Amino acid sequence: MTTDTDVEAVPSPEGPADIIETDYQIGQDNITPKIGPFGLDIHNPVFLVSGLVVIAFVLLTIIFQDSAGPAFDGMRKFLTSNLDWFFLSAGNIFVLVCIACIVLPIGSVRLGGRDATPDYSYLGWFSMLFAAGMGIGLMFFGVSEPISHYSSSVAEGAGSPDSWAPLAGAAGDPDEARRLGMAATIFHWGLHPWAVYAIVALGLALFSFNKGLPLTIRSLFYPIFGERVWGWPGHVIDILAVFATLFGLATSLGLGAQQANAGLDFVFGVPNTVDVQVILIIAITAVALISVLRGLDGGVKVLSEINMVVAAALLLFVMFAGGIMSVLSGFVSNLVAYGEELIPLSSPVGRDDDNFRQGWTSFYWAWWISWSPFVGMFIARVSRGRTVREFMIAVLLVPTIVSVLWMTAFGGTAISLIEEAGMTQIADAALELKLFEMLSGLPLAAITSFIGVVLVIVFFVTSSDSGSLVIDTITAGGKVNAPVSQRVFWCTFEGLVAIALLLGGGLGALQAAAVSTGFPFAVILLLACYALFKGLYSEPRGKAAAAA
Amino acid sequence: MVPVDLTHVEHLQKALQTAADLAKHYGSPVTYVGVTPETPSPVAHNPSEYAQKLEAFAQDQASKHGHEASSKAYTSTDPAIDINDTLLKAVHETRADLVVMQSHIPNVTDYIWPSHGGSVASHSDVSVFLVR
Repeated sequence: MTTDTDVEAVPSPEGPADIIETDYQIGQDNITPKIGPFGLDIHNPVFLVSGLVVIAFVLLTIIFQDSAGPAFDGMRKFLTSNLDWFFLSAGNIFVLVCIACIVLPIGSVRLGGRDATPDYSYLGWFSMLFAAGMGIGLMFFGVSEPISHYSSSVAEGAGSPDSWAPLAGAAGDPDEARRLGMAATIFHWGLHPWAVYAIVALGLALFSFNKGLPLTIRSLFYPIFGERVWGWPGHVIDILAVFATLFGLATSLGLGAQQANAGLDFVFGVPNTVDVQVILIIAITAVALISVLRGLDGGVKVLSEINMVVAAALLLFVMFAGGIMSVLSGFVSNLVAYGEELIPLSSPVGRDDDNFRQGWTSFYWAWWISWSPFVGMFIARVSRGRTVREFMIAVLLVPTIVSVLWMTAFGGTAISLIEEAGMTQIADAALELKLFEMLSGLPLAAITSFIGVVLVIVFFVTSSDSGSLVIDTITAGGKVNAPVSQRVFWCTFEGLVAIALLLGGGLGALQAAAVSTGFPFAVILLLACYALFKGLYSEPRGKAAAAA
Repeated sequence: MVPVDLTHVEHLQKALQTAADLAKHYGSPVTYVGVTPETPSPVAHNPSEYAQKLEAFAQDQASKHGHEASSKAYTSTDPAIDINDTLLKAVHETRADLVVMQSHIPNVTDYIWPSHGGSVASHSDVSVFLVR
């Protein structure tokens, strides 16, 4: 979207805003080395440190494949079992902060200044909010998670220390197991993850559009560190944001590759091996590179729109094929179940469901947090002109409702197929295969499974290309027009990190990477909440009077 | 029309001088065109501030070289990629009959990513004067 801003046509400026007067000039710490014929424009030391560490990580993981797997697994178990209370508490704080932004007077602050007008229509804005957040995840977990919780809840040993059931489970009671399974799934895909995204996005939008600071994570911390944010405290924050984004994305890419491979095996009989997954990642990264080179409007946006249309078509098909009335009634009852179980599921203490809390919730919270710089920056860029209240209500509620609908359609239909058609193979299948087993129980299975594989692959591409743009912006010190060769570097290394993690321990390694980078970034986000309130309270509120 | 990157004005002196000489010789006005992101940049906090700085730059050039000048600022969500298309759009909107543009000496990377000047010259339907 390129808009003409003639001098006299510029909405001048966007009305009163509290610009932070700082001596720092965007790009002043950048260096412009030439590597062969390629000119770079990179932040020193953010690019150098994060780039070198990522290269070292890829090399070491590939060289020491045998010992990398157990090491990653041990790290994941240590963090999720010892710090589950921290992740759950942090998640709850993020939700409360978002609610506070809705109900307090700061909700009338407008992103981009008091006279700013939205860049996108509601429909376009909502589409992009949703497309940014959870594409691959919804494809991977849409069937597998509700089924996993349902199966563990209905099993005889539900509620015992060895059980993976949420809360106390529902041994022998299929209806209660379904209710609990859907509530637990929606809990992981509802308000909490979107609250994490919303805080990062709101902070970035506020400090960039209203305060005039560079579009990097460190800008959120100006109220805390002042001018020191341009030094090492800020460098550390940005480097952690790069790691969190890269490893969070690599986790998604690894999951996507596993599921695309499972789907290709299911539809065409392609062998389901790590080698095939590596080839898939290479091929898809190549497509992502083309998208990156076509830019935000010509690549990312076009693919996102294709995604939305195809995903909506698949969702509608499952809703009608699975029984539209049962999906709609399930939507309401699942929403009620989510509301009833929200407090018990989010409680960090006084629970016996260690496996569920540590293995599922802790991992998810860490994963969402590690994705937050990437999704947050994307949401920030498309939310200019909205008030804080409007922004928070939309970012929290709209994607949550879509997630509830998606999980109800896919997960609810799968549970019905198990209960009513005896398709126990859905429950027995590997996580990445459950979607295709469910689709095989509906009409046109070959076509819908193929569409499923295509969706996974295209979501994979859009995650990779938009993630590259975000990491490139952070490592270029907030410049969005750094040389294109830098995007190519990050896009390539996202693929390489995903390959390295798959070779060095598979899904366990991917989850360990997300959890490990999510933890330090969770601490950073908690600090960001304070900075966000400080920034919001210094802003002029509401719409400027026309005469003003 | 003269595309300018306000971040690197010091690198544009040859093109600016060439454009000014041509403008004075033919008595033509010059439109200085710039492309800025919507986010804060090294040049400005926001697009409107950028537009004001570009206009100030244009008037400075006018008073320095003694020709008529105006400016036209464009915003882009992804200037690194959109810049060539934006400049081509600007050629039409400014109704320019000559584009004077600074460009680097061609090298091997031009086979992968053509220079902005080369790209505009390849696709523009008006004359483009590239200054090396």
